[in-house]
Amino acid sequence: MKATFWLAGAAALCLSQSALAADSIKIGFVSTFSGPTAVIGNDMRNSFELALDHLGRKIDGKPVEVIYEDDQQKPDIGKQKTEKLVQADKVDFIVGYIWSNVLLASLKTAVDSKTFLISANAGPSQLAGELCSPYVFSTSWQNDQTPAAMGLTMNQKGVKSVFLIGPNYAAGKDMLAGVKSTFKGQVVGEEYTVWPSQLDFSAELSKARNSGAEAIFVFYPGAAGVQFLNQYAQAGLKEKMPLYTAFTIDELSLPLQKDNAIGVPGAQEWVNDLPNEQNKKFVEDYRKKYPGLRPTYYGAQAYDAAQLINSAVVAVKGDTSQKDAMKAEMEKANFKSLRGSFKYGNNHIPIQNFYLQDVVKEADGQLSLKTVATIVKDDQDRFQDKCPMK
Amino acid sequence: MLLVVEQFLNGLQFGLLLFLLAAGLTLVFGIMDLVNLAHGSLYMMGAYFAATFVAWTGSFVLGALLALGATLLLGIVLELAALRHLYGRDHLDHVLATFGLILFFNEAVRLVWGPAGLALPLPSWLAFPVTIMPGIQYPAYRLAIIVVALLVALLLYLGVMRTRIGMLIRAGASNREMIGALGINIKLLYTLVFGLGAALAGLAGLMQAPILTVQIGMGENILILAFVVIVIGGIGSIRGAFIAAILIGLIDTLGRAFLPNLLRQILSSAAASTAAPAMSSMLIYLLMAIVLVVRPEGLFPASRR
Repeated sequence: MKATFWLAGAAALCLSQSALAADSIKIGFVSTFSGPTAVIGNDMRNSFELALDHLGRKIDGKPVEVIYEDDQQKPDIGKQKTEKLVQADKVDFIVGYIWSNVLLASLKTAVDSKTFLISANAGPSQLAGELCSPYVFSTSWQNDQTPAAMGLTMNQKGVKSVFLIGPNYAAGKDMLAGVKSTFKGQVVGEEYTVWPSQLDFSAELSKARNSGAEAIFVFYPGAAGVQFLNQYAQAGLKEKMPLYTAFTIDELSLPLQKDNAIGVPGAQEWVNDLPNEQNKKFVEDYRKKYPGLRPTYYGAQAYDAAQLINSAVVAVKGDTSQKDAMKAEMEKANFKSLRGSFKYGNNHIPIQNFYLQDVVKEADGQLSLKTVATIVKDDQDRFQDKCPMK
Repeated sequence: MLLVVEQFLNGLQFGLLLFLLAAGLTLVFGIMDLVNLAHGSLYMMGAYFAATFVAWTGSFVLGALLALGATLLLGIVLELAALRHLYGRDHLDHVLATFGLILFFNEAVRLVWGPAGLALPLPSWLAFPVTIMPGIQYPAYRLAIIVVALLVALLLYLGVMRTRIGMLIRAGASNREMIGALGINIKLLYTLVFGLGAALAGLAGLMQAPILTVQIGMGENILILAFVVIVIGGIGSIRGAFIAAILIGLIDTLGRAFLPNLLRQILSSAAASTAAPAMSSMLIYLLMAIVLVVRPEGLFPASRR
């Protein structure tokens, strides 16, 4: 008797849960939440949660359920977590992906199941070109774009020769190719380091110094950026070989890089001081909700991803089975991006501005990033013609 | 040519740092027969202590000395509280328990210092390059690491070869049962050796901190290399650890420095720059495999039974 009672109870519970599931918007979020780069994943989660707060924790009147999964910065784990989200959790959207190699490993799972995947950071060249898909959108950039903008800055500053250093994985190769696509001077040397385990760059710095190049360009996201800047300064190169960067100095690394980062320019599609209303609100509310922390471009991109999802779900009045209609709506980029100007190219990669950012000391002695100039307006990536979607 | 000298110094510096880490590991493994995966955590704790104490005292040297003492103390406490109960048990038990300790230390650090990591800035009297030969500039701090590590290696050598405690340590490494049977307080010796190993790991961690960042899990990657060092050098042998560490430091650095150019002679430039980092990181494991085939007990085995 008692057993039947429990069974009935359990069955009722199951029913009510599945009923609830059908009535909520399910979002899977794959990012790095453990290890040295967990701070990046945390920032993305913080901003995504803030976006949901701003949406009233509901999308088109339905409650939102977000399942956060840790990829441990490893492609195989990222793929497993993506499979779990698609097959077991049956999510409507998958968001996140810091690392290009993790995204490339996970891509097929999402695309084959026709689950919308929104990359909030990684932008491997393949994704913009031959691997583009109707089910994949980016709220970040294609990897080459940011360093390409830095290449233009180096031309403007009259840099004649450069030595390139970056990590040996999908994004590292894109980044160095990106600089080369716009830089008009001579590329004297090019070094790739073991990623993510190599933290000592003495051999590469020695080579750069001996190469006779006028400047150095690097791409080192996360803690590696701190280590590179430390070692670059200790080697006394700061006075001799100016450093140009992409994704190396941000609000997460700055408190550790300290004065080493002063005077080192970077290119970025979002800076905390971009003067539009939604961005001001984002930065202000972020600092209020997470005291002591500052939002980064990673977070701004995750915030935009939440807005993009909201626009698609609202357009189909909550019926997430209408994939074509959702795709058509997302292609319009019908939301107020924190970056201001934002539209999609044929390959679902944003067409957007890139800014030159610099490190400044605020009145209270804290370091922060600020926009110096607009490097390019409405920049589109250079792989869009390889994408079969027209 | 100048580049070769500079890269040689880079390799030497990295090798000496590995030696500090491996020396403690090889002593603990060789004498106490304890596989200590948490050795990397002590390296991390050394760095965290240093970052904290330097910020407190405002002096780099004083902070570093305090951190050294703190790691020594931590090692002793760890031995008394946890590891003492593992002696004589299966190696698998050691691996399980010390892996648990890694998780414990990582979480403890997250609770105390937060997840973001710390910075340990160099004092201005070390943060500049010095000219060691015409045309060769080298960061003063990296030179300081080389000097300190060589000094420690010398002290360790004298301590192990010329003192009574050193004699007991050597005896313990070659025959544990006999030294106990001769009435030596083996428990005290173990505690001392473990504390010494912890302090060496802490020293490596705190010296590495200004070059890298102080962060959770920083000891885990480098610990693998330290294990490779003691396997190549021979378990329990300080001399073996010293030579193997320098060998590995040089192979790793020189491989990274010169392999890309060598490969470019035979491969296309793009293929070479991608393949070279992968191949150079394989070189040390290749060396380990060869050593294991030719001399399974390592280059300089401590115990000859």
